[in-house]
Amino acid sequence: MSILVYIEHAEGKVKKTSLEAVSFANKLTAQTGEGDVIAVALGTVDSAELASVGKAGAAKVLHADDSRLTDGVIQAHASAVAQAFTAIGTKTLVLAKSSLGDAVAARLAIKLNAGLVSNVVELPNTSNGYVVKRSIYTGKAFAETTITTDNKILAVKKNAVDLKTDGGDATVEKLSVNLSDSDFASKIITTERATGEILLPEADIVVSGGRGLKGPENWGMIEDLAKTLGAATGCSKPVSDIGWRPHHEHVGQTGVKVAPTLYVAVGISGAIQHLAGVNSSKCIVVINKDPEAPFFKAADYGIVGDAFEVIPKLTEALKAEL
Amino acid sequence: MKILVCITHVPDTTSKIQFTANNTKFDTAGVQFIIGPYDDYALARAVELRDQTGGTLTAINVGEVETEPTLRKSLAIGADDAIRVNSFPKDSFFVAKQIAHYAKEGGYDLILMGRESIDFNGGMVHGMVGELLGMPSFSPVMKLEVEGTTVKMAREIEGGKEMLEAKLPLIAGCQEPIAEWKIPNMRGIMSARTKPLKVVEPVTDETQAAASSYQLPPAKGSVKLIDKDNVAELVKLLKNEAKVL
Repeated sequence: MSILVYIEHAEGKVKKTSLEAVSFANKLTAQTGEGDVIAVALGTVDSAELASVGKAGAAKVLHADDSRLTDGVIQAHASAVAQAFTAIGTKTLVLAKSSLGDAVAARLAIKLNAGLVSNVVELPNTSNGYVVKRSIYTGKAFAETTITTDNKILAVKKNAVDLKTDGGDATVEKLSVNLSDSDFASKIITTERATGEILLPEADIVVSGGRGLKGPENWGMIEDLAKTLGAATGCSKPVSDIGWRPHHEHVGQTGVKVAPTLYVAVGISGAIQHLAGVNSSKCIVVINKDPEAPFFKAADYGIVGDAFEVIPKLTEALKAEL
Repeated sequence: MKILVCITHVPDTTSKIQFTANNTKFDTAGVQFIIGPYDDYALARAVELRDQTGGTLTAINVGEVETEPTLRKSLAIGADDAIRVNSFPKDSFFVAKQIAHYAKEGGYDLILMGRESIDFNGGMVHGMVGELLGMPSFSPVMKLEVEGTTVKMAREIEGGKEMLEAKLPLIAGCQEPIAEWKIPNMRGIMSARTKPLKVVEPVTDETQAAASSYQLPPAKGSVKLIDKDNVAELVKLLKNEAKVL
């Protein structure tokens, strides 16, 4: 049986996290040995871009090309995805965990009477029931969760599987969906999104600064390092609380939880609430002048030294190497 | 306006997470329980809105008797009364079914809760309750103003936010900076003792995706320290050993 993947796009591009969800579903069909991955995309987006979702392992992309769906209107997206689910007669929906994905998946769980597991970190184990491993306690533990319904929804955490890039083009088919006025009862008035930047929740590399940087005027070296690495920039909670950096850069328990391959922390002591936001990172580098900073205990690599000395040197060394 | 705020009873953010009973139960030994930090934002905003517009504010929690001090704290912060659905919160679906039932019974105009609980991090209950009640649901909401029956919200998206408008009744999963956390004062703490806290039984036992066992992540190896005068060594290690560049 085929698996449906709900994919998101922004500024004309399918999100990388959605491509990871397609890769996850592709591995799941390989595991069960049956069916194709069928993606569903909503709103105005280029067909060639949708065809490229095939690289991540989708055979087909259903495209509900209705401009009202370009913005992520939660109720309308839930209705449209439910119709795609029924139209292809599947029992499994996969999506990437995201601001919109979470909101849509929760409504779909009720619409489709589907057991929903979020923060999925591995392919399900189907040898005895349908057991899904999820991250809990903000990355401090995992739970094995058994889905008991026929229909299932998996909201996949970033980096759960490697991104597949060697598939062919997917066929793109128009999907017509029936949407009522009540689906559009809420209106999105404006959207503000940082453009041209690497978005923190989706970044493969993150460079974060803390109070050790002494003031917002010193963020230039963090930005230089981030630019050299192709990284997004983040910060600790105190830094966003005192307004040195915007709130959407706050990494931690009550801020953005990141799961990059490389996390570089500069001048951050490593309070447990900050660690909760970064503990899913594959590799952590800590630069701090205090050798007793608790962050070193959670790090893979560390440099004990003054950020103002180390960071410019590190940026130069990276420029020479990359 | 009738407001319902949903409260989770969760381990303090500094808690060491451990499991007992052959990794099938959370180990509560030595753990301090708190109102979920996101629920605390929802509660703070709910108190402000109740004070602005008049009306009532009810707090609800799905939990066994040990959650009552947490629910009493929400009364001390400003809720008028509280409901405890007397059961362990088995999964998001189970919790959503209980809340939807009692929310319908109470006829609330606005239902607020945290964007997610900090134990299971599902972030699903608001959407499920919304779908069960046929109300729109929004999350994560970082700003919420009520003007008559119109609600203006800011919802966080990756790398920014969207400004939304919708009509009451609706449901929102909240996060900072929707309001400042409120610390209960002595008068609040005294009055919370006598405010009504109703204990009700769950309306269904149905679950769809309950956890069966738990694991801790593998222990982290010790940090490899690199001399501050030899940053090129770090670049080499990241490239050749960690293979992350």
